[in-house]
Amino acid sequence: MFLIIVEKSNEVIYIKITKIAKAGTLESNDILIMVMPNDSGNIELELESIVMQQFGDVIEQVILHKVKEMGIEGITIKAQDKGALDYTIGARVETAIKRAI
Amino acid sequence: MQKLRRTMLFMPGNNPGMLQDAAILGADAIILDLEDAVSLTEKDSARILVRDAIKYIDYSQVEVVVRVNPLDTEFGPQDVDVIARVKPDTLLVPKADVEEIKLVDIMLAKIEEEEGYLVGSIKIIALIETALGLETVYEVIKASQRMVGVLLGGEDLTADLGITRTKEGEEIFYARNKVATVCRALRVDAIDTPFTDTNDYEGLTKDTARAKSLGLTGKSAINPRQIEIIHAVFAPTEVELKQALRVLAAMEEAEKEGKGVFSLDGKMIDAPVINRARTTVELGQRLGLIER
Repeated sequence: MFLIIVEKSNEVIYIKITKIAKAGTLESNDILIMVMPNDSGNIELELESIVMQQFGDVIEQVILHKVKEMGIEGITIKAQDKGALDYTIGARVETAIKRAI
Repeated sequence: MQKLRRTMLFMPGNNPGMLQDAAILGADAIILDLEDAVSLTEKDSARILVRDAIKYIDYSQVEVVVRVNPLDTEFGPQDVDVIARVKPDTLLVPKADVEEIKLVDIMLAKIEEEEGYLVGSIKIIALIETALGLETVYEVIKASQRMVGVLLGGEDLTADLGITRTKEGEEIFYARNKVATVCRALRVDAIDTPFTDTNDYEGLTKDTARAKSLGLTGKSAINPRQIEIIHAVFAPTEVELKQALRVLAAMEEAEKEGKGVFSLDGKMIDAPVINRARTTVELGQRLGLIER
């Protein structure tokens, strides 16, 4: 597991999530995403993956890309990956955030 | 050339692993299911996952059909709106009746215009699974130019009729007849209800042969293991192919001699027999059983 923190930028209008929400499962080829609001205004990510060595960086980028694309700030994300492809990671992050807004 | 729909394989819409494998399991069409295979609490999740799967996964070898939720639920209209924008080949509309099909047609036309797709390019298959749907199946098919087939839903239909569903399927005899006849009249595909015992291969073979004998043109499947068996039943046999080729050869001969009706092996050969032979040969060619 590792933790990264992304500082917020001033150029984009950000949306805050208001509650804790989950999406996805712990089945193989899936990823379980939990999102929760934080007061720092940053994007914080805790990632665990069965393919951390090979794909940890890629998974992280897919998650962060989706969060930024949706314009979310002040969010802590806990992700447990079971070998999900990019489309699944993106879909689960989007679902979790929409459930948390 | 018209798409083959011998098998349409149901795949649960909220299962990433199955969505990834769906294209390579050998079915002619895959039905990515947002309805019965997805629990009420996961409808939002499955909708987004299926949308992204269609964008991301190479499904070029199969027809991609998405079963949306009924339009009178809170999920159905959102399903159509989100899924149509990534342009699946076809939508499977559950509990279909005339009003529902007309509504989906209008929604699709609006989305196609907004997204710059050719209007009418997304097709519809009606899932006939109510007594009303069955009795109005002709009008249901006529309700939209997008209609390419009907899928008979035996489980829900028998529930609606208040009768018991059996393995033998005697209780859906009328429904199969009705769907097969109307679909043939309107030149759309008639897809049979799935056989739900996934371990009974002999039962599946019998059930498929029965559907074929009544005029249904394909069968839905709920497990990849069912595909090969269904294909085998729907493929013309060697004897059927040989006979069809003989009929067409005799017809050419008769045409040269200026005869309208002729006989082969002592039996009269007329237009219906010739049409049947042409259909058989065309199917054989499409399946690669005989050369073009």
